Amino acid sequence: MSEYQVNDNGYYGNFGGAYIPEMLYPNVEELRQQYLAIIQSGDFQREFDRLLRDYVGRPSPLYPAARLSERYGANIFLKREDLNHTGAHKINNTIGQILLAERLGKKRIIAETGAGQHGVATATVCALKGLQCVVYMGAIDIERQAPNVARMKMMGAEVVAANSGSKTLKDATNEALRDWINNPVDTHYIIGSVVGPHPYPDMVARFQSVISAETRKQLLEKTGRETPNYAVACVGGGSNAAGMFYHFLDEPSVKLVAVEAAGRGIHSGESAATTVLGREGVLHGSRSILMQTADGQVIEPYSISAGLDYPGIGPQHAWLHKTGRATYAAITDDEAMQAGLLLTRLEGIIPAIESAHALAQLEKMAFKGDENVVVCLSGRGDKDLDNYMKYFGF
Amino acid sequence: MNRINQLFADKGDRRILSIYFTAGYPTLESTLDIAEALEKAGVDFLEIGFPYSDPVADGPVIQHSSEVALHNGMTLHVLFEQLKELRKRVSIPVLLMGYVNPVLQYGVENFCESCRAVGVDGVIVPDLPMYEFEEHYQSVFEANGLSNIFLVTPQTSEERIRKIDGLSTGFIYLLSSSATTGKNLSVSESTTAYFSRVRAVGLKNPTVIGFGISDHETFVRATEYAEGAIVGSAFVRLLGEADYREKIPQFIHQLRG
Ligand SMILES: Cc1ncc(COP(=O)(O)O)c(C=O)c1O
Repeated sequence: MSEYQVNDNGYYGNFGGAYIPEMLYPNVEELRQQYLAIIQSGDFQREFDRLLRDYVGRPSPLYPAARLSERYGANIFLKREDLNHTGAHKINNTIGQILLAERLGKKRIIAETGAGQHGVATATVCALKGLQCVVYMGAIDIERQAPNVARMKMMGAEVVAANSGSKTLKDATNEALRDWINNPVDTHYIIGSVVGPHPYPDMVARFQSVISAETRKQLLEKTGRETPNYAVACVGGGSNAAGMFYHFLDEPSVKLVAVEAAGRGIHSGESAATTVLGREGVLHGSRSILMQTADGQVIEPYSISAGLDYPGIGPQHAWLHKTGRATYAAITDDEAMQAGLLLTRLEGIIPAIESAHALAQLEKMAFKGDENVVVCLSGRGDKDLDNYMKYFGF
Repeated sequence: MNRINQLFADKGDRRILSIYFTAGYPTLESTLDIAEALEKAGVDFLEIGFPYSDPVADGPVIQHSSEVALHNGMTLHVLFEQLKELRKRVSIPVLLMGYVNPVLQYGVENFCESCRAVGVDGVIVPDLPMYEFEEHYQSVFEANGLSNIFLVTPQTSEERIRKIDGLSTGFIYLLSSSATTGKNLSVSESTTAYFSRVRAVGLKNPTVIGFGISDHETFVRATEYAEGAIVGSAFVRLLGEADYREKIPQFIHQLRG
């Protein structure tokens, strides 16, 4: 058992657990008791693998980015999660969870979404399986992310505006949890990242672990070694990073780099750099690191990328941070936007602004010649074109 | 024996009425005035909510009161300052109710000691799991003579109800349905079957029904199946009215009937 994986009590070191009101206990307990048996069953694995291959389009390529490599003096590989159906890594998780929900006999699916990527990925699998779908989205995000709202509606999902609090991702998550409390029997909540009460962080990480499982094979083919010197990924809640790190956690030779959003600057008051600005606390059912006042009220984060502006990180990340197993860096809006443009101009790939944060970290790393670096390109930039256009004044 | 145990031991035929309200709402300084007015009006015990930015178990009314209270500057430190006067003005049992994160930041031990110092008798923290409580906090609660109140819903298994009963020291909080606060209680056959099922378990603790009790009728229905009932959102809604002070006695009078 890896010291970086969840223990029998649902904890990563002192982080994790299931801090939930009694109303959620039966559902979360049912999941806890059944998730491993279900996802390890042959029947589940066959359908999961088949859908990832035939529907999502996996394995996603590991692309050796020649011009980026030349610029940074290292062998840069991009793990192309942007090429997945619906345009991001989020679908790996929603495919897994919809198969699980089906096997638990659930009839109704709820989800939260910030940028809309997870909402779209959830609406997609609900269409695929013919299940009812309700997506909670902050009223402000509904305005900011109109194309994704339209995609969800076209898939048949009901998009409900979260009008409480700051009307963004954190509040959408609160509304989804309230829905689950009020619908305790037939509903499954598909959480979009490695957050929430145990077993969600572990379950979502397992579904996303396909990213590093494939990367190992692809690296072996391309470099003769299964492991890179570095694995780099952005962190909102931390699911693409958890997937990218998963099969490297117990390989001390692999340096893990997680990149948070610094917004307008870590100490500008408009930031989402949780590991720098946060303290230990409980949000959305788990003990982790979160941005909060001295009184324990959650602080609203800011990032130009809607997918990174979450006040916490998953409990596994809190533990990787605390143990020093992974390094947590922060990238500003400006650095991310420049990195997004750079990738577009050097490689002809428009990244999601979230993923551009991971790319921007390359500027700050010093490489020793022949090192191999894998960057998780978690999503494509189509949803962000408006933002890019405005920022660069195209 | 703390005030909660005393209340239930001495109650006789009385149907116990508890009122929930949010500290610092509608104004920062209103907390103790409201508590005092409720005791005068004949309420049996109080639940004073300390506000949290992300109250996932609450419906719109209590969410709103929490937002206003935070905006007014309510924090646990401010609340404990205010409560230094509590036992000069209020003699009925008082519980604090809120979410776990503010308690963790205040420090669980500090929190329990502050409760004892100001004369708080019990605590309801819905998102503090039984496992954590047993493992880490039970001894601190006991050392400070605090009752920790657990929730039971229609979906709670009998085995778990027994476990909760074993850990409880004041009363058990029965939710009328699995719901966020502020929904109206509809006493259907399945609700009464659930209340009866809990009764049949033979609990050592008294039970109090909450969530959805808003008027005389629902209060009476609930107290047919439990020792008492708790009114939250309906009272917090009253606090949103400009002349709430004058209306408190009448509100309580109508509830009791
Ligand atoms: C493309 C992309 N990358 C990253 C994220 C951040 O999520 P996580 O940290 O869970 O990977 C999002 C979230 O919406 C996203 O859409």
